[in-house]
Amino acid sequence: MTDISAPLPHAVTADSSTDSSKDKVKDETPLMTKVAKATGSGPGKYIVWLIAALWTVPTMGLLISSFRPEDDIKTSGWWTWFGEPGNVTFDNYSSVLSDKVGGQPFSSFFWNTVRIAVPGAIIPIAVASFAAYALSWMHFKGRDALSVFIVALMVVPLQMCLIPLLRLFSSDAFEKLPLEGIPSIWLAHAIFGMPIAIFLLKNFIGSLPSEVIEAARVDGASHMTIFLKIVMPLSVPAIASLAIFQFLWVWNDLLVAKVFGGGARNQPMTYALVDMVGNKGNEWQLLTAGAFITMIVPLIVFLSLQRFFVRGLLAGSVKG
Amino acid sequence: MGDIFSSLGLVVVGIAIFVAVLGALYWLASQLPEPWRERARTAVFIGPGIILLLGLVIPALLNFRYSFLDRDDEWYGFGNYRDIFTNDNNIKVLANTLWWGILVTGVSTIIGITIARFADRMRGEPIAKALIFLPTAISMVGAGIIWNFVYSPKEYGLLNSMLRLLPGEQETKFFLQDPKLFGIQSNYVPGLNTVLIMVVIIWIQAGFATVVISAALKGVPDDLVEAAKIDGATDRQAFYKVVLPYIKGTIITVATTVVIAVLKIFDIIQTMGKGGSFGTSTMANEMYEQAFPQDNEGLGAAWAVLLFVAVAPIVFVNARNQRAMREGR
Amino acid sequence: MSTLTMKNLQKKYPNGYEAVPGLDLHVDDGEFLVLVGPSGCGKSTVLRMVAGLEDISGGELLIDDVVVNDRGPQQRDIAMVFQSYALYPNMTVEGNIAFAMKLRKTDKDVIKAKVAEVAELLELTAVLDRKPGQLSGGQRQRVAMGRAIVREPKLFLMDEPLSNLDAKLRVQTRAEIAKLQRRLGVTTMYVTHDQVEAMTMGDRVAVLRRGILMQCASPAQLYEAPDNLFVAQFIGSPSMNVLRGKVSSAGDAGIALELAGQTITLTGASAQRLAGLAAYVGQEIAIGMRPEAIGGDGTASIDIDVDLVEMLGSEKLVHATMGAPSVRSTDTAIETSSGNESTVVASLDPRREIRVGERVTLTLDTLRLHAFDLSTGAAIGRASS
Repeated sequence: MTDISAPLPHAVTADSSTDSSKDKVKDETPLMTKVAKATGSGPGKYIVWLIAALWTVPTMGLLISSFRPEDDIKTSGWWTWFGEPGNVTFDNYSSVLSDKVGGQPFSSFFWNTVRIAVPGAIIPIAVASFAAYALSWMHFKGRDALSVFIVALMVVPLQMCLIPLLRLFSSDAFEKLPLEGIPSIWLAHAIFGMPIAIFLLKNFIGSLPSEVIEAARVDGASHMTIFLKIVMPLSVPAIASLAIFQFLWVWNDLLVAKVFGGGARNQPMTYALVDMVGNKGNEWQLLTAGAFITMIVPLIVFLSLQRFFVRGLLAGSVKG
Repeated sequence: MGDIFSSLGLVVVGIAIFVAVLGALYWLASQLPEPWRERARTAVFIGPGIILLLGLVIPALLNFRYSFLDRDDEWYGFGNYRDIFTNDNNIKVLANTLWWGILVTGVSTIIGITIARFADRMRGEPIAKALIFLPTAISMVGAGIIWNFVYSPKEYGLLNSMLRLLPGEQETKFFLQDPKLFGIQSNYVPGLNTVLIMVVIIWIQAGFATVVISAALKGVPDDLVEAAKIDGATDRQAFYKVVLPYIKGTIITVATTVVIAVLKIFDIIQTMGKGGSFGTSTMANEMYEQAFPQDNEGLGAAWAVLLFVAVAPIVFVNARNQRAMREGR
Repeated sequence: MSTLTMKNLQKKYPNGYEAVPGLDLHVDDGEFLVLVGPSGCGKSTVLRMVAGLEDISGGELLIDDVVVNDRGPQQRDIAMVFQSYALYPNMTVEGNIAFAMKLRKTDKDVIKAKVAEVAELLELTAVLDRKPGQLSGGQRQRVAMGRAIVREPKLFLMDEPLSNLDAKLRVQTRAEIAKLQRRLGVTTMYVTHDQVEAMTMGDRVAVLRRGILMQCASPAQLYEAPDNLFVAQFIGSPSMNVLRGKVSSAGDAGIALELAGQTITLTGASAQRLAGLAAYVGQEIAIGMRPEAIGGDGTASIDIDVDLVEMLGSEKLVHATMGAPSVRSTDTAIETSSGNESTVVASLDPRREIRVGERVTLTLDTLRLHAFDLSTGAAIGRASS
């Protein structure tokens, strides 16, 4: 597990994504310790650990419950498990995976989620990278106006476009395109993710040193070459963090899939889980295991790629 | 295993087609004579993005038009808006949304500042922060199930069990159905149920606030704090008078980002608030409720327009603040 | 081999600002031309127009007598060294140097050989596999040089390539670049704000002020015979002392100047040098004295009040007061200080005893005296202007 704050040198050396960022982190290292010393942590650490514990309890409850036998879950609190810690079963997981929602086994919803989330993260980021490059380094009329317009589009709530977009997708013109089912979920996610993706990537790509881009032009590189050989490799941290964001967002999404996906055949796990809450609201052995299965991939992604994730959060929001 | 391959196959094919089309277009553009070549190449770069953005612009405009139609798609003028602002239930919705924006944003940001301050350089800081950050990765649906084990009136409800530890006879509380707060039931005061649902979102958002503010805190130059101390400031004063103002821009970013996210939240209210019953509805939830379960697309569209009006100024504050911070470097 | 010619080259911005109103300049084959001027004088803009990174608003730019106004930087066959070096952070040193050749689909073996040769020349062989982030400032600078050299371009363009180095390294690298350029014989245009760099490196130096060429000449000529007050004060450190004085008479007996209540008489060669002063009899002019023209050999003398003595080892700088207002050429105008006193700096032999508060009489080398028109700033020379 990587740590969030990377205050220690060993965490810094583990980071080899770009050399410039490495230098930057290194430079800040001596500052961190001193500010902490200056503002003091003393008894404050108990507050921190108290909140950390409070934040963990609900998730721990779910995890423990998912391994308890059905009768125990329904009749006693999960904390009673600590009195009989040997009482562990994997039955909940095996039964939820074969449990059917809308005629489909739960496991097939897992794969639907994978099918939706991977391209749902990659497509918008690929498109946004090209657009962000054009907005930063290509010269064309109306470039600045377009950039402002994209910021303005971040205002549009997803909800505002659901109905018209749904009508658009089900119109005759779109009927002919092979977009039914999962591809229309991709498309919807790509559309909704576009403004923020372009905005964040433009912030990053536009702040690359202009002299490096100019040096490449003097060296004879075309825009495509500069984009692929210089801008993309340098943007790995920004792209990675945005990709993780978008992936988690799409993975956890219910609304877009529900509106655009059509029948249960194309739906992700969140759909199945909500269906189970509605129809089998008391089958907690299924719900806990099901919920944990939906969480497992985000948690792995989150824990293993936390470093990128945090850097993405910080894009443009922290001085220095 | 077949599932894996068919999933990944679809993914790979989709992306391959995308790359191939773009590559082919760029190649075609490169065959054109100047000055068309440069323009065509620019179009290949920016074109796909603009097409996808149109998928946002056109629906947004259409939605604006729909908001003037009634249930049967007949022209209704400002009827939907009039209905929203004259209906008592909707006043509750608007008040709830306002409380959501204030309470969730405020508490999340304050928790973020607190943790960032006290965890800084603490032993185990990365672990504590990771634990607080973890809920960010969990879906609203998952969060709903997790928190059911806290709020449930059944034996496995943590909160009720803790109440039972108090002396005297404790009756079982149906927290998520309690529209009163401290015995007050009003259109302008959020119910206990609403507050408890807010707690779930605070649980999700506080990690974000913590991580961002913590990073900003580490970027405060040490000589600034040292100068304040030499000038006679206590730890507290140094933090509140020097450090906090220095990271003001970051705090604004955090707060605006949380507000925007909060205003758009609807799924947690769908699951935990039973679709907004017992007075838990918010604007985003109402938009969904009207457009889909109630099949009144015009009214739903009108809610969406109001949401747009509410979010717009915040997004601009955020964008301006971020630009100011970048330029202030 | 190549030449570079600018004919009435212009840069105007959409907001109406004229960064370069019209520049005529020619760089000979193999020549090292330094473009120098205070910040904001348009020197970088000129360089970027030559590189093709900035659009040309008017006039013509010729490389080898071919107009290249509308060619992109890729098509001009130039190499550029940037102030920040602009190394590609994601590539190794080898990748950086080879990038341009790879884009031109040069044969792999040729690339390898050339990179090795350049690396050897610049002592980069040991760090070829490192990335720019792992290099010292001096090494990064050499990689930037290597990236330019390996191309064997028609033109080298350098934009303040030494400004990110520390003082000691800068002096050393300065000499190395000059030596390298002479060895390779590539036509070079070098931009800097540092007049010492300009003087030490250039075959010729072009001094720019607000986009206008003030003088383009060899370093020696710039120093000894500046065309105008701006160049006179920009070149040289400490800069030339310029005070307001008066031409009291001019005739066969020589020229008499009045400066701070003292009379300086020019005869013979020194009068001939400044014969143009005859046209200014009875008028005020600006009189310029380099610090080293005071207190050495000389036929005239001046009295000064010593305020401050700075011992530098090789010389002793004396700051003293004289009873005449100083004249200064700023970015926009020629300004005369208010009041009737100003500070002059003299560079004396370090062994000479001199104390603060003293009034001393110092010799003045009239052969090294300069005179300028007070309203135009133009140098007054042999013939009347």
